[in-house]
Parts: sequence; C-alpha cells; structure tokens
Amino acid sequence: MPDFPLRLEPRAEPSRLMSYLSPLIAVALTLLVGLLLFSALGKDPIEGFRYFFINPVRTLYGLSELLLKATPLMMCAIGLAIGFRANVWNIGAEGQFVLGAIGASGAALYFSGSDSAMLLPAMVVAGALAGAAWAAIPALLKTQFNANEILVSLMLVYVAQLLVSWLVFGPWRDPYGFGFPQTEMFHDAALLPILLDGTRLSFAFVIALAMLALGYVFMHRSYTGFKMRVAGEAAAAARYAGFSAKRMIWIGLLCGGGAAGIAGMAEVAGPMGQLTDKVSLGYGFAAIIVAFVGRLNPVGILFASLLMALLFLGGEQVQQYMNLPSSISMVFQGMLLFFLLGSDVFINYRLRIGCAASV
Amino acid sequence: MATRRNFMLTAGALAVAAALPLASFAQDVTKIGFVYVSPIGDAGWTFQHDLARTQLEAEFGDRIQTSFVENVAEGADAERVIREFAASGHKIVFATSFGYMNYVERVARQFPDVAFLHATGYKSGANFANYNARFYEGRYLNGVIAGHMTKSNVMGYVAAFPIPEVLQGINAFTMGARSVNPDVEVRVIWVNSWYDPGREREAAMTLISQGADVITQHTDSTAPVQAAEERGVYAFGYHSDMSKYGPTAHLSATTHLWGDYYVQTVKDVLAGEWKPTNLWGGYQQGMIQLAPLNDAIPAEVKAQVAELESQLTAGTFHPFTGPVVDQSGAERLPAGAVMDDETLGKMDYFVQGVASRLPSR
Repeated sequence: MPDFPLRLEPRAEPSRLMSYLSPLIAVALTLLVGLLLFSALGKDPIEGFRYFFINPVRTLYGLSELLLKATPLMMCAIGLAIGFRANVWNIGAEGQFVLGAIGASGAALYFSGSDSAMLLPAMVVAGALAGAAWAAIPALLKTQFNANEILVSLMLVYVAQLLVSWLVFGPWRDPYGFGFPQTEMFHDAALLPILLDGTRLSFAFVIALAMLALGYVFMHRSYTGFKMRVAGEAAAAARYAGFSAKRMIWIGLLCGGGAAGIAGMAEVAGPMGQLTDKVSLGYGFAAIIVAFVGRLNPVGILFASLLMALLFLGGEQVQQYMNLPSSISMVFQGMLLFFLLGSDVFINYRLRIGCAASV
Repeated sequence: MATRRNFMLTAGALAVAAALPLASFAQDVTKIGFVYVSPIGDAGWTFQHDLARTQLEAEFGDRIQTSFVENVAEGADAERVIREFAASGHKIVFATSFGYMNYVERVARQFPDVAFLHATGYKSGANFANYNARFYEGRYLNGVIAGHMTKSNVMGYVAAFPIPEVLQGINAFTMGARSVNPDVEVRVIWVNSWYDPGREREAAMTLISQGADVITQHTDSTAPVQAAEERGVYAFGYHSDMSKYGPTAHLSATTHLWGDYYVQTVKDVLAGEWKPTNLWGGYQQGMIQLAPLNDAIPAEVKAQVAELESQLTAGTFHPFTGPVVDQSGAERLPAGAVMDDETLGKMDYFVQGVASRLPSR
C-alpha cells in the first residue's frame, strides 16, 4: 500500500486543549463554509452573515427571543449530558419533551380555574414526572432485557407524538375550538410569568439556568456524578469498583427524561399557552447536538444552546430578507455537528506529515 | 442595558458587524409578508398561496414588495416570524395556516397599524381578518363526476384529520356522488398528517385493493394521484391541478384561488380603506375552481358540472341542501333547508353513503 503523506497517529493521552478547541474550530469552519455557501447561492456573503448572525439579536426583543429559543435546548441538553457522560444514549428527549408538555397540560386542565400559586410548581412536577416516566420505559427494557436504549427511546418519540395527537383531537379538545386539534387556552395562573415586559421571555429561562447549575453540582461535585463519569470513561474500572451499571442507566435516563419534561412544560406554559399536536419543534433532537457541542459540560451547554438558537433564528431571517430556502438552518446545524465530530478526532489522534516508520 | 446584554451574549466580532446599518427600503413601497406552513413545492396548499403572491407582484409591480418564510411550524416559532414581518415595516401579513391563529392574534394587538390576514381560523380583531374557502363546493362537483365514472361503486378517500373542514369535504363528495348514483359508497382512511407521501400512497393503495376505482384526498401530496395512475383507476387532485402526476387517472381537482382576494385586500390597504372581514368564499368569490376536466369524462357529465358551477356562482345552489342524513339514519337537516355556516363549521359526523366510521373519542 503506498504511503499517504498525511496520517493519524494515536496520542498517548487525549488532548485536553483539543477537547476545548474542537467546538471553536467547528464553529469557525461552519461559519467559513456558510460564507462560501452564501456565495454559491449567489448572495452577498457579508450580508448573509449579517442577517444570519447579527440581525436576529440586534434588539432587546431579538435577544429575548434568542434566550426563549435557547431555554428548552439548555434544559434538554443538560439532562441528556448526564446520561451521555455515562454512555447512556437517550435519543428520545423529543418524546420526553412531548410527554412533559402533556403532563403539565393535564395539570393545567385538571385544575382549570384555580388561582393557586401552587399550580405552576405542580405543572413543573407533572411535566418532569411525565418526561421521566417516558424515559423509564427504555431504562426498564435496557436493565431487564438489555434492549438497546437508542432504538427504544427513539421509537417512543413517534408514540409520544401520536399520543398528543390523540389527546388534542379527542378527550382534551377545546369544546369551543370548532373541532380544531387544540386544548383550551390556559388561564393566567397556569402561565409562566414574563421576565421582560413586552417579550415572551418567561421564568423558564431562570429555571433553565438553575438546572444548568444543578447539573454542574451533580456531575462535578457529587459521588454519584463521579461514578457516572467513571462508568462513561472507563467501564471496566467502574465495574471493578463495584459501581452498579443498572443504576447508571436509570439515573441517566430519568435525568434526561425529567429535564426534557420540564422543557415541555415550559413550552405549553410559556409561548404556546395551550397544548396542540404541533408542540414538538425538534428541541429534543437539537439538544443532542447542543450537548455535544457543549462538551457535555454545563457552561459549554449554555453557550452551545445560544449558538444553536441563533442558527434557528438566523435561518428564519435569511429566508425573510434574502429569500434563501428554509432548509438553510438545518444545513448549518448539520455542518456544525459534522465539523465537531471531525475535529473531535484530533482529541485522541494527532496529524503526522510524512511517511510512517514501518511497524 | 441593551448594549451591555448584547455584548455579554455575542462574541466581539459579532458586535462589530452589528454596527453596520441594515439595508433600507424606499418608503413608498408597501411590504407584504407571507408565512407558509410547508415548502412551496410545485403543487399543494402552500403552492396555491404562493401563486397568489406572484399574482400580487404581477398586479402591483414595484408598488409592493413581497417576501415569505416557508416551512414555519405551527408552534411558538410562528409568533416570532409573524412579529418580525410586522416589526420590519411590512404593512400586510398573510398567515396561511390554521395553527398560526393565536400567534397572529397576539402580534396583531402589538402592531395596530399592520393588516393581518389569517387563513382558515375563526378569530378576528380590529386589524386581524380571517379568510377561508368553501372547498366543499368543489368536492360536491368531484363527487358528481365520480358518481358517473365509477364502475365498482366504491370510492376511496385519503384524509388527514377528522376536523369539520375535512368532514365537509368527505360529506359533500359523497352527497355529490349519490345525487347521480345512489349505490355509491365512500371509504375513508385517515393518515393523521397533512403531508406524508408514504402514508398517503399506502392509504390509496389499500383503498384501491378494497375495490375503490376513484380515489380522492384531503392531504397535500401528489402520492394518491400517482398511486391511482399506477393502478389504472381514477383520481381527483386537491389544492392544485395535479394532472401531470397522473394524466390518465386525474379526472379533475378542487383548486383554491386566493389571488383575487389578495389583490382586493392589497388594493384596500393601499387606498386606506381596508376593514377586517370574516370571508368564507367559494365559487361566488372566485376562490374555488375545478382543474380542467379529463377527456375521459362524457360530454353530458361535463355539461351537468358546468350547470352546477353556474348555479354555485350565482348562489342558487348549496351542496348542503336537505335532506342531510347521517350514518345512523338521523336527519341532520330537513328537506329543502340550506345548512348555515355555523352548523357547517361544527360538522362532526359522516353522511349516509360513507362506509367508514369516524374515529371514536
């Protein structure tokens, strides 16, 4: 085999520097290729950059929308990161998000008319429990029957979507809604308070920040968190130390499901104000990218969710102002993950130029 | 405060570029925004709205400037898109799907000088109109043609969701078919999606296998027409003329024409005379039309359809004229009476002649 002048050589130790640089490189490459993409589409790349990345956040309202969009991403991603660190692959946060929305809506509808200040906390708890219960299914099947949690959690997304569809077409349908698939609008006591007047940014953002902080404490300051990291980074060592693998699976999935459930609650009790069959906008899936771009680290997730939210907002704006197709924001998201996975190779490998010494 | 947040939340490079001014537009050009629920494509619901948008451009030339955002989900994101149009100086915003209703309502309150028009909903306000079309008129005519053309007397209907609008279509189609052929039965398969070519095709294939020799659909893709073409049975398109997807199968289609309504709206806004209305237009307003009839349709059937069309246009005929009898045999409307719009809007049953059952709640 002829020697290729470039080759990858395993590093003795994973590079700590590269693990932090990698997301930045991925962002830079995404921007660069994005500019090329704008040019290839016959648009001024500078103008494209401006509409994609600046225009959405040029006003206080725009910023509030960015934080609003980032909130469910943060919530889902921090829950997922806890599992991902222990190699528990919950791909179904989208379904757990929907179940959270259902649980919270159930509480809101059941206590419809109540002015109690406890209604919102009850909705948060109902959302978290419903999301966690949905994630408990793959956890149970994994621990009892060794069923692959990736497939089970993913397939349950579709079940969740059908479930919400059944509810809003059936028992929970607004009797005054002309037969359209939606619940009645929630009353004020079931809506999250707004943080900034005139915007849609609600108290959910504060909850998301608190969840990031809690995630940090759990992952970096608790014994269970430590055990989960060990299990993720060195499964054999964890087994030898006697850490229960089943426990890791349960904790990983329940945290992911509960967090996604709270995000679902924040959606129906926030910008939607009701439950419809369109509640899921892909936050659970986008959060997987956020978790990895954020290095499964709470601070990283904060920034990654803001970046991801900006990609969504920017994608809308370049359509609105430059007539670019709607798939553009998906292209940017895909590029980001693609370049991240590409750069991550260099955490464990280094690039060598020249021919290898024969082994 | 705003600048400080801005600085905290965006990288330095972004902050520099933020100082660049955005392109400004001439003042006398009226900007019009469109929010689409799906990609435009080359047939279907959004395609018809975009046709109307291009009609506006042809009509008003450089007096207006239109822009659109496609594929906007009917969730919380819609409010941002609608608001962005209003906040960036658009004077008219067309939100073309039901699920935008509550978001349009909220934004309309914040921007009293902008005209908001929402398709297929039921709310309105001081600067917030709603509009819809009487799709069932075209459906009834499709049914008349189908009743003449069927040999098996079984017809298949691929439907999205059991909401009143879809039920009106199924019932009108069935009543049209039975008006010329009382032995007809209509079978319905729900695909639980407005757009899912795979499931729509599967549903059409199943219906054909059950003996249906005419297929129609209340979904957005061309898959049922293509399936009918493949299996050698007849089909009706929906939203758009879908004949190029099944030149032999495609008997006609119920198409929507929003253009004249959009032109009138823009004229009124430009003249400062616009008032929000609740318009449910049909043949009389030129909002519903049949796609060209297939040559396989006999001349006397074509003549009957033309006669019904002129009656619909004149307002002398209503497809839901009694007796309307539901599946259980109960009379929903006595003979000779015409169903009012409120009752139509609450339709939640199948008429006699539909063989399938409604999903139970």
